Amino acid sequence: MHEREYEASPEAPPAETGEMELVHPRTFIGKYIWSQDAKVIAIQYAVTATAIGLVALVLSLLMRLQLGFPNSLSLIDPESYLQYVTMHGMIMVVYLLTAIFLGGFGNYLIPLMCGARDMAFPYLNMLSFWVYLASVLLLVAGFFVGDGSSGAGWTLYPPQAISQGTPGADGGIVLMLVSLAVFIIGFTMGGLNYVVTVLQGRTRGMTLMRLPLTVWGIFMATVMALLAFPALFVAVVMMLLDRLLGTSFFMPEMLGMGEEGSQRGGSPLLFQHLFWFFGHPEVYIVALPAFGIVSDLIATHARKNIFGYRMMVWAIIIIGALSFVVWAHHMYVSGMSPYFGFLFATTTLIVAVPTALKVYNWVLTLWRGDIHLTVPMLFAIGFLFTFVNGGLSGLFLGNVTVDVPLSDTYFVVGHFHMVMAVAPVLVIFGAIYHWYPKITGRMLDATLGKVHFWVTFLGTYAIYYPMHFLGLAGVPRRYYAYGETAFVPDSVQSLNAFITIAALVVAAAQLLFLFNLAWSLFRGREAGPNPWRATTLEWQTPHTPPRHGNFGDELPLVYRWPYDYSVPGVKDDYIPQNVPPQAVEREPAADRGRGGES
Amino acid sequence: MADRRTSGPTLEPGWRGLVSDLASDQRAFKGVPWSKAMMWLFLLSDIFIFACFLVGYMQVRITTPEPWPSASEVFALHLGGRDIPLLLIAIMTFILISSSGTMALAVKCGYERRRLATGGLLILTALLGASFVGMQAFEWTTLIHEGVRPWSNPWGAAQFGAAFFLITGFHGTHVTIGVILLIVMAAKVVRGSLAAERPGFLTRRRGRYEMVETLGLYWHFVDLVWVFIFAFFYLW
Ligand code: HEM
Ligand SMILES: [Cu+2]
Repeated sequence: MHEREYEASPEAPPAETGEMELVHPRTFIGKYIWSQDAKVIAIQYAVTATAIGLVALVLSLLMRLQLGFPNSLSLIDPESYLQYVTMHGMIMVVYLLTAIFLGGFGNYLIPLMCGARDMAFPYLNMLSFWVYLASVLLLVAGFFVGDGSSGAGWTLYPPQAISQGTPGADGGIVLMLVSLAVFIIGFTMGGLNYVVTVLQGRTRGMTLMRLPLTVWGIFMATVMALLAFPALFVAVVMMLLDRLLGTSFFMPEMLGMGEEGSQRGGSPLLFQHLFWFFGHPEVYIVALPAFGIVSDLIATHARKNIFGYRMMVWAIIIIGALSFVVWAHHMYVSGMSPYFGFLFATTTLIVAVPTALKVYNWVLTLWRGDIHLTVPMLFAIGFLFTFVNGGLSGLFLGNVTVDVPLSDTYFVVGHFHMVMAVAPVLVIFGAIYHWYPKITGRMLDATLGKVHFWVTFLGTYAIYYPMHFLGLAGVPRRYYAYGETAFVPDSVQSLNAFITIAALVVAAAQLLFLFNLAWSLFRGREAGPNPWRATTLEWQTPHTPPRHGNFGDELPLVYRWPYDYSVPGVKDDYIPQNVPPQAVEREPAADRGRGGES
Repeated sequence: MADRRTSGPTLEPGWRGLVSDLASDQRAFKGVPWSKAMMWLFLLSDIFIFACFLVGYMQVRITTPEPWPSASEVFALHLGGRDIPLLLIAIMTFILISSSGTMALAVKCGYERRRLATGGLLILTALLGASFVGMQAFEWTTLIHEGVRPWSNPWGAAQFGAAFFLITGFHGTHVTIGVILLIVMAAKVVRGSLAAERPGFLTRRRGRYEMVETLGLYWHFVDLVWVFIFAFFYLW
């Protein structure tokens, strides 16, 4: 334990540049619709993402009902099952998680936590949201054209995705591809903003090594997204041309419906490489912000400095870099050279090292901390459990020989839902409970929150844990029904019914959460500026919720890192980043020396 | 320009010094305006797009079982009764690279606050860029007349046309956007909007001569990419 506040400096360095000028709109529309205020844009992003996420949730429930009670309920037919799988996966990964972490939390927290007045390019930032909204509408339009949305699976592998016979091969796939391209354009506009603001727009005293880990996580995720989305963009454009113009980038010579197609000589594997060059980093694009946020939640609610801050930062950077060289572990069964498989298995397992390091540091932060089991803290701890769980099954799938029999089974579904679906979603919930008081000025109801947490946390285990066993039994994924398949034992059916019931319960708990959000907006307890007694700059704003420009007349000056919790000899158990060492209230000498041993 | 003072203690030499300099107060890159940082970042992202296009092109060229048309014959210019291989493309490349030179001069004149010289050089750059696009349009028309389509061509692998139209089209779009931006920027320079720091029409950001340099970064990038396309498409 450190004897003084960690690397606090007595004064802030001189300003390097002048302040940015904000355009203050006067009309309602300028303030809340065509808004250039990052905080409003953040909320627009988050609300849109949540709305489309709810659609994906409903789709998953329809699928679950079919799987759980295949004979008694016939809500959907085999084609729509495939379409729902596709839309569910794509929406959840891209349009919900990516958008809410980067567009939502990124927009809200980056300027506030860096001590900036706004994003570097507010106009571009505004465009980013509207382009994102357009992409969502295009995606949804897919439900209503011709034979409906695409049923190719969220991986959209060609030739199947654009061949006749696949649901949505007429219109759905085209809209899906266009929507993805539009999404990428919109995201790039926002992403440039986030990165430039973090790199070039911080307040005086805010060095990179004094940034809260939340900002580090979102920052690195954005950098990765800016480098990974191009591959998806290229894949999408090429596939559109294959579908619309009849080029053969991805189309090999094929017989379709008894006739020889006109396309030949393309490379379906090329698509898979491009897709996963995007797809694997995408996993970390949603994981790194979650890592960052969870670090801050844990430190704040355990009243302890984060263990190994520098290590945590470097781990984020290293994970980000490594995740660009592991993509082909999704292609072990695609017919690659086995040497390639070996290479990618090795890099995959290496990523586990910095990741495990982060987990150890979270646990060591909790160790002998003054843990307050607030709702955000519960979700943070829930994240640790699910993430470790999903990470361990990932070690299985990273090895070629183990992966080959498990590929395309429910083991995979269980694994990725644990690690990249539930774990980040738990963090999103935790983060909303944590920052809602700053966003609205009112607390979310804690009792409802705890019910929400326990049902969601235990419920997701009930849903996804059994899936691993299903997978080991050989149950394949993306199947509408299993019929009389010989190798699928009868007991699978009862497990499936159980999973479906659990899924319904979990979904119901989300209604509780939505109710809490709406109710607390008007009836919640007044939060005050800093209800969690946290150190980071967003809690030190003169107004709650912060106004346009964030910090009133003067930007805060930063004197210390963001984790000065429970510093021995100091009266309060936290020192905000903008408090200079001279102004820290000390304890009377008699009480000194207690409690400083962890 | 902003002053380049770094804050904090003197930097250690080597890797550690580099890291602590980048991580230092307020700005990771000292004296770099926001828009310039953004342009670099955008170009980095764009590099990945072009790289993926070129890798995709190489991959389909390898996988297709049919013969690949010979570039020197396809792209020959019929002049004075003879086919001269790669003549048109050589001229196009020469023009585009020269436009990088005029662009660099425009940036220099911009920092010297020579309004008309900057504007003139920007217009010259735009003209060179436009003539590049024009020649590309000519090349496209010729090939289309000869029967090249994205889905087929008279000489062999269909991917030839697909990759050609896709990649040169994507690059040509970049050049066209660049030409439009150059014209807008030239107008701003000549009208004195940059010198007077008048706010922009859409973004309301104040004009500054650094904007010329930022646009220059984009233009040089588009040229550089062309060199790669030229090498991989026309010389291979
Ligand atoms: C209560 C919440 C959820 C339930 C009940 C659920 C259920 C399902 C089901 C039944 C499938 C289809 C499995 C198959 O037949 O192969 C599926 C696939 C998938 N889910 Fe979820 N899911 C949930 C949340 C999420 C979240 C938050 C994500 C975000 C990453 C996500 C990502 C995916 C993906 C990527 C697929 C694969 C789609 C494909 O195979 O193309 N899910 N989910
Ligand atoms: Cu992966």
